[in-house]
Amino acid sequence: MSSAVFSTSAARSRHFIFDAESAPETGPDLRRPQSTVKNRQSTILSNVVPASQLEVRPAPQMVSSGIAALDALTGGLPRGCLTEICGPASSGRTTLLLAALAAATQRGEFCAVVDASDALNPQSVAYSDVELGRLLWVRCGENTLPKQNLPKEKKTFKSEQQYAEHSLEQLLHATDLLLESGGFGLIALDLGDLPPQTARRIPLTTWFRFRRAVEHTPTVLLSIERQSIAGSCSSLLLKLESHRIEPTNLPASVPVHTQLLTELKITAEIVRSRMERQPPCSEITFAGKTAWAG
Amino acid sequence: MFACIFVPNFPLAALYRAQPELRAQPVAIFEGKPPLEKIFAVNDIADRAGIAPGMTKAQAELCSELTLRPRSLLQESTAHAALLDCAQSFSPRVEDAACDTALIDLAGMESLFGPLPEIANHLFQCAASLGLDAHISVASNPDAAILAARGLPGVTVIPSGQEAEYLAPLPIEVLFANYSIDQSKVDDEKNKERLNSIQHDQKEEDCFLETLTRWGIRDLRALAALPEIALSERLGQSGLRLRQLALGAVSHTLVPLEASPVFEEAIELEYPILLLEPLAFLLNRLLDQICARLSARALATQELRLTLELENFSNRPSAINDGRAKICFQRTLRLPLPMLDAKLFLKLLQLDLNAHPPGAPILKIHLAAEPTRPRSAQGSLFLPPTPEPEKLELTLARIVGLVGESRVGALELLDTHRTEGFRMKRFMPALMSEGQKHLSRNSVPGTRNSEATVAALRMFRPPLRASVTLENGELARIICSKKKEVQGTVLWKAGPWRSSGDWWDREAWSRDEWDIALQNSEGIVLYRLMHDLLGGDWFVEGTYD
Repeated sequence: MSSAVFSTSAARSRHFIFDAESAPETGPDLRRPQSTVKNRQSTILSNVVPASQLEVRPAPQMVSSGIAALDALTGGLPRGCLTEICGPASSGRTTLLLAALAAATQRGEFCAVVDASDALNPQSVAYSDVELGRLLWVRCGENTLPKQNLPKEKKTFKSEQQYAEHSLEQLLHATDLLLESGGFGLIALDLGDLPPQTARRIPLTTWFRFRRAVEHTPTVLLSIERQSIAGSCSSLLLKLESHRIEPTNLPASVPVHTQLLTELKITAEIVRSRMERQPPCSEITFAGKTAWAG
Repeated sequence: MFACIFVPNFPLAALYRAQPELRAQPVAIFEGKPPLEKIFAVNDIADRAGIAPGMTKAQAELCSELTLRPRSLLQESTAHAALLDCAQSFSPRVEDAACDTALIDLAGMESLFGPLPEIANHLFQCAASLGLDAHISVASNPDAAILAARGLPGVTVIPSGQEAEYLAPLPIEVLFANYSIDQSKVDDEKNKERLNSIQHDQKEEDCFLETLTRWGIRDLRALAALPEIALSERLGQSGLRLRQLALGAVSHTLVPLEASPVFEEAIELEYPILLLEPLAFLLNRLLDQICARLSARALATQELRLTLELENFSNRPSAINDGRAKICFQRTLRLPLPMLDAKLFLKLLQLDLNAHPPGAPILKIHLAAEPTRPRSAQGSLFLPPTPEPEKLELTLARIVGLVGESRVGALELLDTHRTEGFRMKRFMPALMSEGQKHLSRNSVPGTRNSEATVAALRMFRPPLRASVTLENGELARIICSKKKEVQGTVLWKAGPWRSSGDWWDREAWSRDEWDIALQNSEGIVLYRLMHDLLGGDWFVEGTYD
């Protein structure tokens, strides 16, 4: 037995309505008695805007990331958008984060870092020229909240996984509070040391909520992680890699302590960008010098 | 012209400020040492039920519907302070005539507040907003204003020259202040002298009242009609003065108040509170009153002190107070900026008490605010965004409740070479904002002064204990049991660099640092390895990232 699917409008000999102003009049045969359903339909139809009349969303304002080479690649970091920076350990994520914080604080803005693993090094922050008084550091992990009317108890965790999940919960809650408060030029979520399987547990709805919270605000929302987890919610996704370190063959007479770590060579690649600007190339390489390199 | 604010039945008015729900019930206040407590003040409903001042507490308790409350001098003092705040919000020249009476010099106030009836109405509304059901009167001299306020309810404005007409129908009792101070609760020597003086004056006034009553003088009209010479022969100069008062012809010079304002509110509870929810309800009321008083003086506050008197059952049984000894629990809320938002203060106190609960039932609540000038800030269109102080304070309090007090804030580096040589301090963007004006004019927004990017180190907190294998005295292999990915053959190393410090202290430290490269599944990772020379252990401190 064959079956046919008919369009409801075609069955009623009505045109598809694209423009609310050109809604055809219904003939006497098709006239329905006044009902709330018809009123609701007309309300919905009156709100339909054809694609040709949609407002053009303005391009987000870009601000310096603190690294000239990266600004040349991406145009900077977009305000009111989520930017993801992902890469393995020693790929330069934290270096980029501190450079962005320094640039933001030098502009006179206040910044916040929500640190899931309590990994921020104050000396590195100071060496990066970040104005310490403009940086709010939220260190997730421990919980020493006392229960009602009982002495203080430290929460004990049965495994690293449980500890990581607890930190993640604190990070998400603290981020919600900071986004609601507003007034920050840059809010960074440091998920760099969280296991990928834990970081992936953040639902996309949460990222969507974060993105909506910063939309139409001057806040740059930055997320540092090992792998991309925000999906299409991020407007800019950068992937970082460190250059392979070749072990040098030292002659026997040269002592080991003459070796010195002087720089970290970082390669940054744009994986996804919703900015209208066309980048001049797909990846760049820059170096992060250690504080003692001079 | 002078205005008088008079609060009738002052002890009850002070009680109503703390517990407004008692207005519709028969209420009596008692004082004295048990078992000789006597009724001190009653409201109209209790009066109609037959309860009168002077009754014993045991007699009053026979009335089952009666609500009995002990007299609270602290509540009365806060009500008195609220009365003065109301007066001083209109004029700087205020006399503290009595604990239930304030006199205001209205000279020059008409150009600010409008005509006299409007000023009187505003005074009435201001007193009502502070929880005081007051009588307001305006007259050409302070004494006539006091008598009119005592005798005439609501708002009364006596035109100049008509004082005698307005005062005529008032009973003679208005001439005599009927307020006593509980001697047992006065500790201050200076107050004791004043107390003795007041008691002497009261005895004299009681004598005059009795005499005039025996003469059949019921109202001020009758007193004013008495012959001057005959009155002075029988009652002396005091009698003459009473006659002049009845005519509204006495005027004393206002003695302005110079005391510094104290913004405190307190409430004593009938039964102990166990949960924080009902406590929040009472705190809300106290905060509203304190904020209203601060607002009346155009002040704000930067510090709130909450003192809770807790119930504590001692181990030894005692026959006097059922074995209960009271202990105090104090919390201080320090704000980064002067603020005046009762809802914000309540939320901050709730969050603080959730994090630091009292731990015992609460018997008494005392809240004090340190007054300060309100902040003034000039906005600008071109300054970078700044968090709003009130919102930020609430956000930080919530985050503190989440992660702990010492784990949120701004960084401060300490003057030491120790690895974790820093501490967390309070994040105060409002103070930093003033420094925005000092930003270098030569610096272009968006670029850093230094072109070099600094490689960062990510820390492991706590540091990861490592097992290190040496080959020929060189680092060969690292294994971290806690973090599986931090292990492998050492591909490259630099070091050691030795540092030590605080050798004169218990927390002396001495360490060798290495920078090493390990190969793991994600690639080559650079770590900082530390050898504790005092303990002998190896730790992986962080990752270069």
